[in-house]
Amino acid sequence: MTMLKRILIVLAALCGMASVPAQAQLEITVSGGDVGALPIAIVPFAQTSAMSTDIAQVIENDLVRSGRFRALPRDQMKQRPSEMAAFDPTPWRAQNIDNVVIGKVWDDGKGGFVARFFLVDSLSGKQIIAYDYPIRDLSQSRYAAHWIADKIYEQLLGVPGYFNTKIAYVVGKGLGFQRTYQLVITDSDGENPQYPINSRETIMSPAWSPDRKQIALVAYEHGRSAIYLYSTETGKVTKLISEKGINGSPAWSPDGSKLAFVLSFETNPDIYVMDMATRKRTRLTDHYGIDTEPAWSPDGSKIVFTSDRGGKPQVYEMSSSGGEPRRLTFQGSQNQRPSYSPDGKSIVFVNTDGGQRIAMQDLATGQMRILSDGPLDEGPAFAPGGAVIIYSSQGPKGRQLATVSVDGRVRLTMRQAGGDVQEPAWSPLLR
Amino acid sequence: MMKNKVLLSLVAVSMLALGACASKGDKTASTPPPSNDSSAYNSTAGQGTQLGDEDARAAAERALTNNIVYFDYDSSAVKPEYSSIVDAYAKYLVANPVAKVRIEGHTDERGSREYNVALGERRANSVKDALLTDGVSAAQISVISYGEERPAAEGHDEAAWSQNRRAQIIRQ
Repeated sequence: MTMLKRILIVLAALCGMASVPAQAQLEITVSGGDVGALPIAIVPFAQTSAMSTDIAQVIENDLVRSGRFRALPRDQMKQRPSEMAAFDPTPWRAQNIDNVVIGKVWDDGKGGFVARFFLVDSLSGKQIIAYDYPIRDLSQSRYAAHWIADKIYEQLLGVPGYFNTKIAYVVGKGLGFQRTYQLVITDSDGENPQYPINSRETIMSPAWSPDRKQIALVAYEHGRSAIYLYSTETGKVTKLISEKGINGSPAWSPDGSKLAFVLSFETNPDIYVMDMATRKRTRLTDHYGIDTEPAWSPDGSKIVFTSDRGGKPQVYEMSSSGGEPRRLTFQGSQNQRPSYSPDGKSIVFVNTDGGQRIAMQDLATGQMRILSDGPLDEGPAFAPGGAVIIYSSQGPKGRQLATVSVDGRVRLTMRQAGGDVQEPAWSPLLR
Repeated sequence: MMKNKVLLSLVAVSMLALGACASKGDKTASTPPPSNDSSAYNSTAGQGTQLGDEDARAAAERALTNNIVYFDYDSSAVKPEYSSIVDAYAKYLVANPVAKVRIEGHTDERGSREYNVALGERRANSVKDALLTDGVSAAQISVISYGEERPAAEGHDEAAWSQNRRAQIIRQ
């Protein structure tokens, strides 16, 4: 392992990017809070000293950032049990903490570790759920903590947690043709950043395949754009589509069998779909206006997209096999870059009405709600599970990532020093 | 162990596939920086031309110095004040049938990124159409859109945006 690490460092130095990872951590700030947040206590785990990751802290950060939980500060904990036998519900009840998480981590004697946790109901004093989670080596500690946070979130809220996921985004630095681009992939809490693709030319529109094994993206090379597939398993990058003109907006169908995208070589920007098994390509739209930014409904039956066929860019919906589109947005001067919620009942998009803000619209009622403050918010997409929307906003020192809960109450910003952080794509949940 | 293996191949791929390393030297040649400076093209001048020809040639060069057409917000119409730029390039391209230009379309940062790529292409095509109207052969023109990805000016106000809504004609 150390050998591999050493090779890595040498390679990175050869590429002149050795200095990049150190400065590029996302810095996360939470603001607002859900008045209905559930009180919970995550007691520090009894851990072997070999493990530097504070498992309970990672769990707590995940749950608090979701906006759905309020954690009891450690200095207010009257006791710190790590076993059910030592658990006394009385002090927790007195502090109105209904749910308590306790646990420990031990060395399994075979080079790995085991994390055991209990989610306890302080009213009954009984465990609600308990799991042993094997940790292969210390580098996997944070993933164990995210996995536990997912279990707690799902148990208490009835929807899957989204902490054991990844976020891909693009970082741009510099002006004009000096601008450099990077594809970055981090854990959902901004930790463990990786930098698989670096370029002196534009990188855009990363899109996770539903199985998380590939990211489709647009990259320019020698002044031409193309759609590439980056394999998260092998690290290989392969060119998929490179027609004359625009090759843009890749979007996977929910079953991963098809990719929608935009080409302009036949006349002007229109939406196409490729069957990934046969590589057969079908044209879905044929209009002299701009058709772009397709996204699939969760059941795969519909595609929502941006079109200026009516004059200004607005959001339209059509069958995923093509056909006459129906306009969905009518408020504000422009509406762009739509995508569906995981339950298919809503869409999010960029609304321009003076400023540029993130909006969410109920598809049944047509009612639109503004979720962000602007003035230059863009690139919204639902996090897996649908409780949170991620987007990119203009901060005082460049673009940054932000999330907002669907009720608009809880906000979080993720900043990276020295660059514009844009085009976030949240990986799907592993099923 | 597994993760390190993946990481290792990622770095290797970034070296090979998208030119993280190659970008240091030769790569810049393929994307000349946007520039109003015509001096970069003087090397293409013929040897031993007559003095009078030289003057005429210099005048023609000067006419090509302005190579940026600016646009209104969410518009791709070439405004009348930029017709002299289009005319100068049309004259040059018609007179030099082997000469080629690339038209790069750009937008300001407002609006979504992929829509802006489409809008930038529409702007570049407007300039292309104007050249075609002036008798230039389509084979002499290529078009690329960068959308909002290559801003010329920093800032988040109209002063910067007006500089960024542009199409640049680059001689090849």
